[in-house]
Amino acid sequence: MLLLSGERHRNIMAAVNVAVTFALACIAIALLKMSDAGQTGISQVYRIGDWPAPFGIVLVLDRLSALMLLLTSTLALAAVVFSLARWHRAGAHFHPLFQFLLMGLNGAFLTGDLFNLFVFFELLLAASYGLLLHGSGLARVKAGLHYIVVNLVASLLFLIGVSLIYGVTGTLNMADLAARVPIIAAENRGLLEAGAGILAMAFLLKAGMWPLCFWLPTTYAAASPPVASIFAIMTKVGVYIVLRLSLLLFGDGAGASAGFGSSWLLFGGLATIVFGAIGTLASQDTARLAAFSVLVSSGTVLAATGMGQTGVTGGALFYLVSSTLGISAFFLLVELIERGREPGADMIAVTREAYGEDDDADQGEEEVGMAIVATMGLLGVAFIGCALVIAGLPPLSGFIAKFALLTAVLHPSEIHRTGAIPGSGWAILVILISSGFATLVAMTRAGIRSFWASPDRTVPRVRVIEMAPVMFLLILCAAQTVQAGPVMRFMQATAQSLHASGGYIRDVLETSGHSTRKAGGI
Amino acid sequence: MEIVLAVGIGALAGSGVWLILRPRTFQVIIGLSLLSYAVNLFIVAMGRLRTGAPVLVAPETGDASQYADPLPHALVLTAIVISFATTALFLVVLLASRGLAGTDHVDGQEPET
Repeated sequence: MLLLSGERHRNIMAAVNVAVTFALACIAIALLKMSDAGQTGISQVYRIGDWPAPFGIVLVLDRLSALMLLLTSTLALAAVVFSLARWHRAGAHFHPLFQFLLMGLNGAFLTGDLFNLFVFFELLLAASYGLLLHGSGLARVKAGLHYIVVNLVASLLFLIGVSLIYGVTGTLNMADLAARVPIIAAENRGLLEAGAGILAMAFLLKAGMWPLCFWLPTTYAAASPPVASIFAIMTKVGVYIVLRLSLLLFGDGAGASAGFGSSWLLFGGLATIVFGAIGTLASQDTARLAAFSVLVSSGTVLAATGMGQTGVTGGALFYLVSSTLGISAFFLLVELIERGREPGADMIAVTREAYGEDDDADQGEEEVGMAIVATMGLLGVAFIGCALVIAGLPPLSGFIAKFALLTAVLHPSEIHRTGAIPGSGWAILVILISSGFATLVAMTRAGIRSFWASPDRTVPRVRVIEMAPVMFLLILCAAQTVQAGPVMRFMQATAQSLHASGGYIRDVLETSGHSTRKAGGI
Repeated sequence: MEIVLAVGIGALAGSGVWLILRPRTFQVIIGLSLLSYAVNLFIVAMGRLRTGAPVLVAPETGDASQYADPLPHALVLTAIVISFATTALFLVVLLASRGLAGTDHVDGQEPET
C-alpha cells in the first residue's frame, strides 16, 4: 500500500496517492462505524503476530482512535488534492513522503504500546522533516533546521521517559501499564511520575503547549500550504497521546497517582490559549495567524483534558475535530489569497504606475474583470467560513463546539459534586471567550487587508482543484453543525469510554479471545 | 559498575546538552549524537545491570531471575537505528542550510556585534 518508489512517474504516483488516500478515508469510515457499533468501552484489538497482549505488540481501535483516523484521512485527502494543482511538483518525493507521514500518523493513533508509539512517532517526524523542506528556500531550511533539532531532542526525552517507566513497571503495553500503575510501590512512585512527566514533555512539545511552542509558528508558516494543512493534525497527535495516556494511566482508577499532572495540563493549556491569542493579534502575515490559531486550538483541548470531566472531554473532542478542519482549510486558503500579492506582481504594479497605463487597452480587461468578481467572492466566502469556525461564532461548528465545552464546564455534574463551579472553570470560560474574540479581531483585520484594501491588486489565479478541498473541509464543518446531535452523542460516548479505562484494559489484556479480530487497515 | 555507568551517562548527557545549546550547527549535531549515546546507555541501565547473564532462558534451570532482560536491548537497537537515521537527515539539512545561508550559525545568519 505504501510502496511508491518510482521516480519520474509523477502523474501515476499522484493518481496512486489520491486513490490510496481515498481508500484510507473509506477504511477510516468503516472502522469508525465498527468502533461505534459495540457497547461502551469495547475496543477492537489486533495482535500483530498473534502474541497475547503484554508480550506482543497490539494495535487497538476504539472510538477515539477511529475518530482521529477519519480526521487524518479527511485532511490528507484535501491536502493531496490541493497539492495536485502545483505543489507536488515543487520538490522530489512528495507522494511517498506524504504516504509515510500518513502511515506514521495512523500508526500512532492505533498503537497500544509505548515503544511502538515511539517508532511511529519517528516515522511521522522523519516524513514531516522531508515534507517541511518540500519546495526548499532559505526560510524553509532555516525553520526546518530548528524543527529537526527540537524534535530530535524531544525524541530523546521520549526515550528517557519510556525507559524510566519501563524500569519501574517492567512493561510498555499501555493497558498493562494502566493495570500496574495502581499497585506500584510507594518508593517507586516518584520515578514513575518523573518518567511520565518527561514523556509528557515530549508530547506537549509536539502539541505546542505554551513554553514549548516557540518553534511552531515559524515552522508552520514556512511550510508549503498542503503540508501545513496536514501538519495541523500533527499537533493533534501530541494532544491525542496526552489525552489517552493521562486518562488511561492517571485516571480515577490509578490509586495514589490519580490526576497526576492534570493541573499542569489545565494551566499550561490556558497559558497556551493566551499565548496563541496574543500571537494571532500580533501576526502581520496570514500564514503566521493560522499557525498561532493552531496553538489556540491545541491549548483548548489540553486545558479541557486537565479538567478531567467526561462532559468537558466530549466537548473538547467536538472542538478538536471542528477546529482542525477549520485551520486546515485556512492554511490552504491562505496560499490562494496570498497568491495575489506575490512580490513579482507587486513589482509589475509599481512599474505600471511609474510608466503610465498605456498598455491597458490591449489587456482584455473585461473578461478578467468578470473572473475577478467570482474568484474573490468565493475566496471571501471561504475566508468568512474559516473565520467563523476558528473563532467559534454561530452558525458554524466552532460555535457549537465551544458552546458544548462551556456548558459542560458550567455544569460540573460528576465527581466534583460541590455545587459551585471551580475557579478553573471560570478561567476557562473567560479565556476561551476572549481568545475567540481575539481570533475574530485578527481574522477580520486580515480579511480586510486581503479583500478590501487594494482594489486594483492582481487577482489570484485559482483553479477548481485548489478551491474544492477548501470548500470540502468547510462543508464538512457545516455538516458537523447540521448533524451536531449524532456527532455530539458519538463524542460523549468516546469521552465516557476514555474515562472508564477499565474497558480498554480488559479488552486489550483479555487472553480468552481465541480468534484474532482484525482491526488494522494499515 | 553502577557508579561508572552513571558517571558515564552523566558526562555524555551533560556535554551533549552543552553542545546542543551552542550556536554552531556542527556543535549541535555532535551534541545530539552524544545525547543519544547517553540515552541509549540509560535505556540499557533501566533494564537492570547484569554482567555475564544469558538473555534466553535455558530449559534446564528455568529461573527467570537469573537472566538478563532482553527487551531493553531490543529497544536500544531500534532507538539506535532511528536516531542514526534522523541524525543523518539532520546532517543533510545542516549542509543545505550552510549552502543556502553561507554560514553555519543555527539562525542562518551571524549575530550583529
